[in-house]
Amino acid sequence: MSAFNAIGDGRDVDQNEFTPGLEPQPTWCPGCGDFGVLKALKGASAELGRTPDEILLTTGIGCSGKLNSYFESYGFHTLHGRSLPIARAAKLANPGLEVVAAGGDGDGYGIGGNHFMHTARENHDMTYIVFNNEIFGLTKGQTSPTSPKGHKSKTQPSGSAKDPIRPLSLALTSGASYVARTAAVNPNQAKEIIIEAMEHDGFAHIDFLTQCPTWNKDARQYVPYIDVQDSDDYDFDVNDRREAAAMMAEVEDALHEGTVLTGRFYVDEDRPSYQQEKRAIGEIPEEPLAERYFDDSYEWERSADHFLDKHK
Amino acid sequence: MTDDELIWRIAGGSGDGIASTSQNFAKALMRSGLNVFTHRHYPSRIRGGHTYTEIRVSSEKVKSRGDGYNFLLALGDSFARNPKEGAYYGNEEIKPLSENLDELREGGVIVYDSGLLDASEIEDFDERVEANNWHVYDLDLRSMAREHGREVMRNTAGVGVTCALAGIDTDWIEDLMTDAMPEKILEPNLEILHEAYELVQDEYDVDAHDVKVPEGEHDEEQVLLSGSDAIAYGSIDEGCRFIAGYPMTPWTEVFTILCQNFPKIGGISEQVEDEIAAAALAVGASHAGVKAMSGSSGGGFALMGEPLGLAEMTETPIVLIEAMRAGPSTGMPTKPEQADLEHVLYSSQGDSQRVVFAPGTVEEAYDQTRQAFKIAYEYQIPSLILYDQKLGGELMNVPASHFDRDPNPDLGSVLTEAELEDAPHSDTGKYQRFQHDVKDGVSPRSIPGQKGGRYLATGNEHTPEGHIAETPENRVAQMNRRLQKQEAIRAYLDDLEDGHQTYHGDDDAEYGLLTFGSQQGTVEEAVDVLVDQGYSVKSLGVSDMMPYPVEEVTEFLESVDEALVIEMNASAQFRGLTQKELGRYGEKLSSLLKYNGNPFEPADIVEGFKTTIIKGDDLQGLETKFVPAAGD
Ligand SMILES: Cc1ncc(C[n+]2csc(CCOP(=O)(O)OP(=O)(O)O)c2C)c(N)n1
Ligand code: SF4
Ligand SMILES: [Mg+2]
Repeated sequence: MSAFNAIGDGRDVDQNEFTPGLEPQPTWCPGCGDFGVLKALKGASAELGRTPDEILLTTGIGCSGKLNSYFESYGFHTLHGRSLPIARAAKLANPGLEVVAAGGDGDGYGIGGNHFMHTARENHDMTYIVFNNEIFGLTKGQTSPTSPKGHKSKTQPSGSAKDPIRPLSLALTSGASYVARTAAVNPNQAKEIIIEAMEHDGFAHIDFLTQCPTWNKDARQYVPYIDVQDSDDYDFDVNDRREAAAMMAEVEDALHEGTVLTGRFYVDEDRPSYQQEKRAIGEIPEEPLAERYFDDSYEWERSADHFLDKHK
Repeated sequence: MTDDELIWRIAGGSGDGIASTSQNFAKALMRSGLNVFTHRHYPSRIRGGHTYTEIRVSSEKVKSRGDGYNFLLALGDSFARNPKEGAYYGNEEIKPLSENLDELREGGVIVYDSGLLDASEIEDFDERVEANNWHVYDLDLRSMAREHGREVMRNTAGVGVTCALAGIDTDWIEDLMTDAMPEKILEPNLEILHEAYELVQDEYDVDAHDVKVPEGEHDEEQVLLSGSDAIAYGSIDEGCRFIAGYPMTPWTEVFTILCQNFPKIGGISEQVEDEIAAAALAVGASHAGVKAMSGSSGGGFALMGEPLGLAEMTETPIVLIEAMRAGPSTGMPTKPEQADLEHVLYSSQGDSQRVVFAPGTVEEAYDQTRQAFKIAYEYQIPSLILYDQKLGGELMNVPASHFDRDPNPDLGSVLTEAELEDAPHSDTGKYQRFQHDVKDGVSPRSIPGQKGGRYLATGNEHTPEGHIAETPENRVAQMNRRLQKQEAIRAYLDDLEDGHQTYHGDDDAEYGLLTFGSQQGTVEEAVDVLVDQGYSVKSLGVSDMMPYPVEEVTEFLESVDEALVIEMNASAQFRGLTQKELGRYGEKLSSLLKYNGNPFEPADIVEGFKTTIIKGDDLQGLETKFVPAAGD
């Protein structure tokens, strides 16, 4: 008997169930790419038959971080850069939860970069969506880790001297087992990729291009875009780490030259997730830990019985 | 301080096995019916560097290290980097002998390993021996060990010599070695033990000195534990099964104990990328319905400020452990200090909404860790345990029965799915997890995955459903509700049968010594010495830092003419907290501070009290500092 009956409910779900009564209308600027993520996430969740009570959506701080105000589910709007450590602990505590983390490019690749690297490395079984608008949106348009070199903003008046971060390559070298890029302007692909990411057993990273018409007017709206899986011009094996790495490097360069390449860039279905690895060495209990606290028949261990002898 | 005690100091290089030898020796003495208390001194290095452990042994309960000591076993630093005088660290090899002479009491015993050490390298050694009436035994422990086994076994030879000289029955040591050592090394160690013992018995006059082990008997079974052990076991018994952390001395001890033990009881431990992640993981695990903790020492705790504030704002129960060491910054990693009190009380933005306990003893560390979890989960608030390298590392014997308690895995104010059905929801289905008007300010939570329980947790100010809101009405209602918990928790703590504050001495004493955390035992010992000398003194060891025990401390201060506040920091943080909380007593409280890296010894307090409070003089010297009361 589970204390968490929303998990694995398996009923039909309508995507409108994910529209909260409290804030049905997002306050994002008109034309903002963030709407695209919200829509794709609702569609994917409904299509997978996940109910609002079995999803935990953790977010960072930023315009993107407002996602869970507009998405009806269990939500944790955390701190700037900290959606991942909160998300992965929740997944360890209760592996049945559908855990999705989301945040901005500043949030995930800048202030939270260390967590990104390590969560990918450990291959936690969860989905991570980075709203990449190549700018700090909420704080009014400063240069972000993904802004192109030469990007001018109030804090980089002479144009940024820094090369942008390579988010896909970073995910791959860190250890993510699913790496994709999609764009708000491509809702069908976005939904499909989110579905794949949620179904993937391991860390699935989606670099989601979200245009910011308010602060990043100069940037392209990410149209036209090319889906590399649909194009004959790009031939690489998505399961091969080396080919994926080469492809990612090309994709990252192309973005700043005006070509928007999207699709799946690395998929490793064989690598066990962190949860599986940890269970294999006996460091995660068979039953979800969270269930134990609701199980009245569980005999809780006492230190007096288990650990005191060596002190006698 | 009585003469009827043995204070044995084993000194060597770090990496020489001093810690495990002394731990075994202490345990053997405990099993023989005596009370023991250990004190460690070690450098922040893996190998090499002078280190010692002191074991104070008495027939009475021991609460503190003593003043000085009376038996030195100097092994020599076998990892010494540079034996030459004048090198950066000086002549390291000889330090276990040369550095320990100042504190050796008159009439004390010196045993040193002549296989490694040459006393003639120490200036005026013979003169000092004579002047202090020390009894010196130089034995080639190294050769003895090498003959039967390996050189590292010279520790055992030293223990054998100690037994012969101090009148300790080697049966206790043998039993313990049999329990603790794998067979392969047991035989040679036993041979060495006996050979050393017999050699001394046969060839030396063991009664030339009167440093002997006292006799004692326990009326119930004892266990030898450190504060770190007690914190770890308190967590386990309160149902904690999740820990995330990042190593940092001295908090690493608690982290290690739980990492090693959790797999045996179905718990989860995570060593993560940094302390921000560590505290955030604890928040995430607790949010998802598990009793969770994290911790660190000063610098790592600084990184936890944001997640700690998030736990306050989202009312997510967590327990954080802060093991203080001398600061600022990297400070002195292996030295104790109590200078993180304000750091722990106030770090993170906004008004603090947390609980902080500073236990004073091993038993209190266990009890208060359990209370910390209980309160955290009942009241949905972060609870912190503030301790230091001293309490964390000192071993002492405690009745085993102290730990014979029922576990409490209760998640506190959490609803089940059935209860959620009748709980208030918004029109569109969100559970009102942060209701305005609730008893004691506690609005029960749901757990992700529960049907009908979904809500939004956010570090922003929020409505009852958790949605972001900035209206003044909602803001004030939520703030007041959260703050209300402090009063409720204070009332709960005041009603406890065993309160957290510890009183010692005569109720109607004229003077008071006030302290917090790990200095409590030492202060109590100082009270005993002062009372013996005819002074009218009592003490209060305070553990509740937040919410502060205003009534109890007020009553204590009202009952004395003057009080001296004893703490291990330079800016009198605890005295400042006391005055802030009580809003007065500036003229009644003066401070005795120590921040040289060593905890107080009873004599520091005895002399400090007599000089400043009784004679009204200022203190001379480097060890402690006096800060007079306002208007003095
Ligand atoms: C520790 C901390 N530093 C700074 C901020 C201020 N801040 C909020 S959002 C943000 C950047 C937002 O950029 P991004 O993460 O790309 O999200 P976007 O708004 O573009 O979606 C900053 C700097 C903060 N909330 N916390
Ligand atoms: S500022 Fe940019 S990212 Fe933020 S809501 Fe407006 S368009 Fe979207
Ligand atoms: Mg951004």
